[in-house]
Amino acid sequence: MATVTTKESESPEHQDILELERVTIRFAGDSGDGMQLAGTQFTKTSAVIGNDISTFPDIPAEIRAPQGSLPGVSGFQVSFSSQDIFTPGDQPDVLVAMNPAALKTNLGDLPRGGLLVVNENEFSEANLKKAAYASNPLEDGSLQAYRVYQVPISTLNSGALKDSGLTPVQVDRCKNMFALGLMFWMYSRPLETTLHWIDEKFGKNPAVCEANKTALKNGYHFGETTEMFATHYHVPKAKLKPGLYRNITGNEATALGFITASKLAGRQLFYGSYPITPASDVLHELSRFKRFGVKTFQAEDEIAAVGAAIGASFGGSLGLTGTSGPGLALKSEAIGLAVMVELPLVIMDVQRAGPSTGMPTKTEQADLLQAMFGRNGESPVAIVAPATASDCFNMAVEAWRIAIKYRTPVIFLSDAYLGMGSEPWLVPDISSLPKIEPNFASDPATFKPYARDPKTLARPWAIPGTPELEHRIGGLEKSDITGNVSYDPANHDKMVRLRAEKIECIAQDIPDVVVDGDDSGGLLVLGWGSTYGVITTAVQRARAEGKRVSAAHFRHLNPLPPNLGNVLRRYDRVLLPEINLGQMRMLLRAKFLLDIEGLNKVSGRPFTIAEVERKIAEMIG
Amino acid sequence: MPVREDKGSVMITAERPALTRKDFVTDQEVRWCPGCGDYSILAQTQKIMPELGIPRENIVFISGIGCSSRLPYYMNTYGFHSIHGRAPTIASGLKASRPELSVWVVTGDGDALSIGGNHILHVLRRNVDLQIILHNNEIYGLTKGQYSPTSELGKRTKSSPYGTIDAPLHPLSVAIGAEATFVARAIDTDAQLMHHCLERAYQHRGASFVEVYQNCNIFNDGTFREFAAKEVRADRTITLEHGKPLIYGKERDKGLRFNGMHIEVVEIGKDGITEGDVLVHDETRADPTIAFLLSRMEWPEFPVPMGVFRAVQRPTYDALMQKQIEDVINAEGEGELRDIFLEGDTWTVE
Repeated sequence: MATVTTKESESPEHQDILELERVTIRFAGDSGDGMQLAGTQFTKTSAVIGNDISTFPDIPAEIRAPQGSLPGVSGFQVSFSSQDIFTPGDQPDVLVAMNPAALKTNLGDLPRGGLLVVNENEFSEANLKKAAYASNPLEDGSLQAYRVYQVPISTLNSGALKDSGLTPVQVDRCKNMFALGLMFWMYSRPLETTLHWIDEKFGKNPAVCEANKTALKNGYHFGETTEMFATHYHVPKAKLKPGLYRNITGNEATALGFITASKLAGRQLFYGSYPITPASDVLHELSRFKRFGVKTFQAEDEIAAVGAAIGASFGGSLGLTGTSGPGLALKSEAIGLAVMVELPLVIMDVQRAGPSTGMPTKTEQADLLQAMFGRNGESPVAIVAPATASDCFNMAVEAWRIAIKYRTPVIFLSDAYLGMGSEPWLVPDISSLPKIEPNFASDPATFKPYARDPKTLARPWAIPGTPELEHRIGGLEKSDITGNVSYDPANHDKMVRLRAEKIECIAQDIPDVVVDGDDSGGLLVLGWGSTYGVITTAVQRARAEGKRVSAAHFRHLNPLPPNLGNVLRRYDRVLLPEINLGQMRMLLRAKFLLDIEGLNKVSGRPFTIAEVERKIAEMIG
Repeated sequence: MPVREDKGSVMITAERPALTRKDFVTDQEVRWCPGCGDYSILAQTQKIMPELGIPRENIVFISGIGCSSRLPYYMNTYGFHSIHGRAPTIASGLKASRPELSVWVVTGDGDALSIGGNHILHVLRRNVDLQIILHNNEIYGLTKGQYSPTSELGKRTKSSPYGTIDAPLHPLSVAIGAEATFVARAIDTDAQLMHHCLERAYQHRGASFVEVYQNCNIFNDGTFREFAAKEVRADRTITLEHGKPLIYGKERDKGLRFNGMHIEVVEIGKDGITEGDVLVHDETRADPTIAFLLSRMEWPEFPVPMGVFRAVQRPTYDALMQKQIEDVINAEGEGELRDIFLEGDTWTVE
């Protein structure tokens, strides 16, 4: 973070305002403390006043772990900047810790000299014990390396609300607003956006509404009037591409992309799904959109969800299903059926840490090989992977373009970090998006169930209700052209190869990979999925130091962009960071016979910029 | 047969010639074993299609895996031979998204009650408007003779050479337990009864569950013979008719009545028992208890009930789904993409 100027302003004499280029705040507390809310409100305001933002929520898997316990800690990290940023920050500059457990869990990420704001009222013996502290860190000198602000948030909050008419429990729940207000003051943010939000959310309960607003304002005024804080900060507006923006999470963008695809295709969207972390939000979102004719089906299990989607596609709707890793495993057989019957089907997998139940709220990129190969027989499907939260919109539409044009299942590979993180989204002009033509079969004279379009190798999409096109499809091997059941040896070999070739054909309208940096030579850092932000930033920084390194990112994983092999060959070395043990690296090494090197971390967290920078330095000095 | 008014779409008019059974026969050679009960079920299914009075292109047959599930290949309609146990899921998605279609699920005792058990429960619970025809031959035929969830305890098969140790399910009891609104039983050797059950199943608005006793002459020959053979059928089965007393027998001399909480068989004319004492069949009873008791009745303690056990009205899943969308659109208007793009806080960068 660059300190730019010290400004005299309207603030009281004892306070300076420092201008910063970028700040990263982490709110951390018990999962009942409203940290997600505080974080999202801070993010909203920062976006509205013009900073570029990026967020990373870190939620526990349990619904409500025991209050004050270590597993119950919930965190929200928001990075805001006057520059274009691609990640929510490696480390926070400020840690707001509402209790000892939050401090214990998060202190390790705070760099020396970082700001630490703690709610000192929660540092009781009982809470210290729950957090496995032998002594009180606020008293034993262990926090010397940081700039610590001990704020009695709970008592200040309850003092401010003593005449609110709320119960003590309700009063205590407002303390996140106090902490938020303090942070707003510290970083010179206006309160309007959050005050407006409070009015909307709690409008029906005036006492609660007032209390939240009071807590927020009191936190702000505390910062302003106390002599605790000598300095506060200002992060100017960023220079973003002009246009209309909204803050969006990956899951929200995904849902919007799917609905948009259905409008572009002029067909109903049918979503079959079973609740699973971290994909359930897409079901919640799509369930709200009934006025778009979206039919959502909460199935009895993952298999029924994909089965219903296949049935819907058979009927000419856009049959969509969504899940995470364990659900994708359950859907394998049905996806194989969709491969054999060659119907459009999109399967969303918001990846989380595995194997098995794994870590439901933590991110990972380890379902790639499952997406590529997780079906019996030679069973290829197309795969796309968004790079950022807003890119989820683009790739959701792209998944449908491919599924419909080529009559194939497409796996949309997102992850928990993208799904739950947010960033500004430049709202697209819908009229500029190309239509997707279903091209249903209609002519009985020429219709053959398994005849193929010469360019796409796709078979006709002939839906029930169309006269004279009655035919039967199914999971048994099909005879070329007629689609009758066939066990003929030569036919099976032919059909296996045709299905593989059809997927390869998709590459004909996939954009080439573009390299950010040098045309050739030196190190290329290659990524897919959510590593985009970290790789881009790390390579930018390395190049600024004069290092010979470039970056490239691809979003079509199967088939690959047609120029990928040639691009990789132009560089001396290729580094592929992945949050798995090297799945894409293995695929690319095999396909291109190139000695691609890996950077692999499988901790349930995204890479930090520093980790990639360090590896670049290690490789090329 | 009256056409269902709610089917709505294209009606058979003078411009479209009436369909015949031949229009529903495909060019595929039927591959079931000679003597298989599936042939007669296929024949009745093909026979009833033209009687439904709907265009052929609106009819879809969806099956799972098993001998029964080969049926779609022999029906000249849209058909989907899917994966083991999962036909109800595909059918639910199809019907929910295209409620105007006539959707038929063909399944078997293994497909529906073993691997497919979960999906059968839910398609019935949801009351998706479709017809489920379960070919129950009490064996796994296609995989050559393992026992099934409806095989009798102690049965010796390829996979149970010392006899099964699983107690079987009663398909109709399961269906009633899963809140099924229409439950019926037919048998492959009684064409007229099968026709009746298929017709009633089609007419019922909701999930119609029809169990068809089907003889697998290769792997489980004669499993129903004891009560279904022509000579004994009249005295060992009872055909349920709504509004009529539960009387059976060649001489119509036997009946069913309640004794306390149990159903018992009585001889009419003996011990002062008259027709008036006999239980009258009511398909439309809201409480499923009596239908459930009927589903428990097995030979030799009882005659085996045939025909329609239960036919009650309940809103269907597909109609409710459609209505919910229409209600929302009426209340909120059709959606504009731009509105949902701009949900939440937005800001402009100049």
